[in-house]
Amino acid sequence: MRHLLSTGDLSRDEAIAVLDTAAEMRALSDRTIKKAPVLRGRTVVNLFFEDSTRTRISFEAAGKRLSADVINFAAKGSSLSKGESLKDTALTLEAMGADAVVVRHGASGAPYRLAHSGWVRSKVVNAGDGTHEHPTQALLDAFTMRRHLGDLDGRRVAIVGDVLHSRVARSNALLLSTLGAEVTLVAPPTLLPVGVEHWPVSTSFDFDATLPKVDVVMMLRVQAERMNAAFFPTVREYSRRYGLDARRMGLMPDHALVMHPGPMVRGMEISADVADSTRSVIVEQVTNGVAVRMAVLYMLLSGTDDTTQEDDA
Amino acid sequence: MPPTPRTVLDSGDIARALTRISHEILERNKGADDLVLLGIPSRGVPLAHRIAHRLSETEQVKIPVGALDVTMYRDDLQMRPARALGHTDIPPGGVDGKVVVLVDDVLYSGRTIRAALDALGDVGRPRLVRLAALVDRGHRELPIRADFVGKNLPTSHAEKVRVLLDEYDGEDAIVITDSEGGR
Repeated sequence: MRHLLSTGDLSRDEAIAVLDTAAEMRALSDRTIKKAPVLRGRTVVNLFFEDSTRTRISFEAAGKRLSADVINFAAKGSSLSKGESLKDTALTLEAMGADAVVVRHGASGAPYRLAHSGWVRSKVVNAGDGTHEHPTQALLDAFTMRRHLGDLDGRRVAIVGDVLHSRVARSNALLLSTLGAEVTLVAPPTLLPVGVEHWPVSTSFDFDATLPKVDVVMMLRVQAERMNAAFFPTVREYSRRYGLDARRMGLMPDHALVMHPGPMVRGMEISADVADSTRSVIVEQVTNGVAVRMAVLYMLLSGTDDTTQEDDA
Repeated sequence: MPPTPRTVLDSGDIARALTRISHEILERNKGADDLVLLGIPSRGVPLAHRIAHRLSETEQVKIPVGALDVTMYRDDLQMRPARALGHTDIPPGGVDGKVVVLVDDVLYSGRTIRAALDALGDVGRPRLVRLAALVDRGHRELPIRADFVGKNLPTSHAEKVRVLLDEYDGEDAIVITDSEGGR
């Protein structure tokens, strides 16, 4: 793996290798000494142009548990225009000798630009770019599903809510279909992206009809901060049609899981009693996030440094 | 010229070697008290289980047995593409204050064992650490030696020693191949 920019770049074998590695990393996190010297002397820079708590902390913990030097670089508030800002920052990082850059940016494609511009020689990990992708979130979701359900081949996953603004939904749809799961997007027509018919998924507007067949229900946050138009009439109406409450949870099979990438808006897309129920693996998702990010950093950074060789391959 | 594999130990030889190692471990430890066996993946793990089985039969007590993956502690990680991790499985009693016997299939440069000692240090603090290897082929690059050896096998660098085990390969044998260039 040269970079991790999109889950669409991962083959089935690569994805499974990351998830298997994450399982060992998760065991490491349960020990008294939660640390291995594997990335000693390597520098990982967390470059966050957008607000984030759990993703940044998760990457920071992951890097530190593998003994890498972690530098947090919050670029929020920069007045430079996006292209210049990213390039200047990239040159700074290059001068600091970063081996990997974990980047979150409000513009879709910013990590790709960083990886392929020639500005930096480091490995690039996409930690969320605009409404495009958030690959490590999808990997941790798949990891959590595998822990509870085993092999995902043939499993049915419903992704529900604000698909239009969700980078989590896109990364999950691509990864889960690579792993053989059947994904159904459930959302009001206004919150489905243009071109969704080209995604490897089916779509539905009827949440109740989807529920009895699912193994996993993944709820998405309604991203009010990205909403510049009226996508649905009222919060109450959205919640009644697309929110997960106790009645709807009753329609799910007994083994089915409730997931949410966080942060949750309780009372909007998910009710408090569902979020806190035994079906919910939302807290576990956070724990697994560290293990998955350790696996990604390990696979990107632990091997040979001979990048020219890899570029040819 | 295609390499010609030759079998140096067959399944009977391996079984007898493991039985002898088991008795030596008990003799040295004066019984089975505090013993914990940790196999180094991949082929050290089934060997550790086989030795534990023999110890249990002789002493009529259950010997804790597990696996210790050393991949993240190796000194050659940056010389090859990223490696898949093996499984680490520490028995419930842990290793603190115990007599840990590390089990590996082939002892060669000693670098794997160096990594294992580092990995073990992050798991706990055993009272004693010993090393059992099915084959010692020499060519040590570090001051490390085995306490229990199944078979000393003088080899050249160009040769390749493979331990085949039923659990992975469907048969028990130790084979030497003359590979060009060696390691």
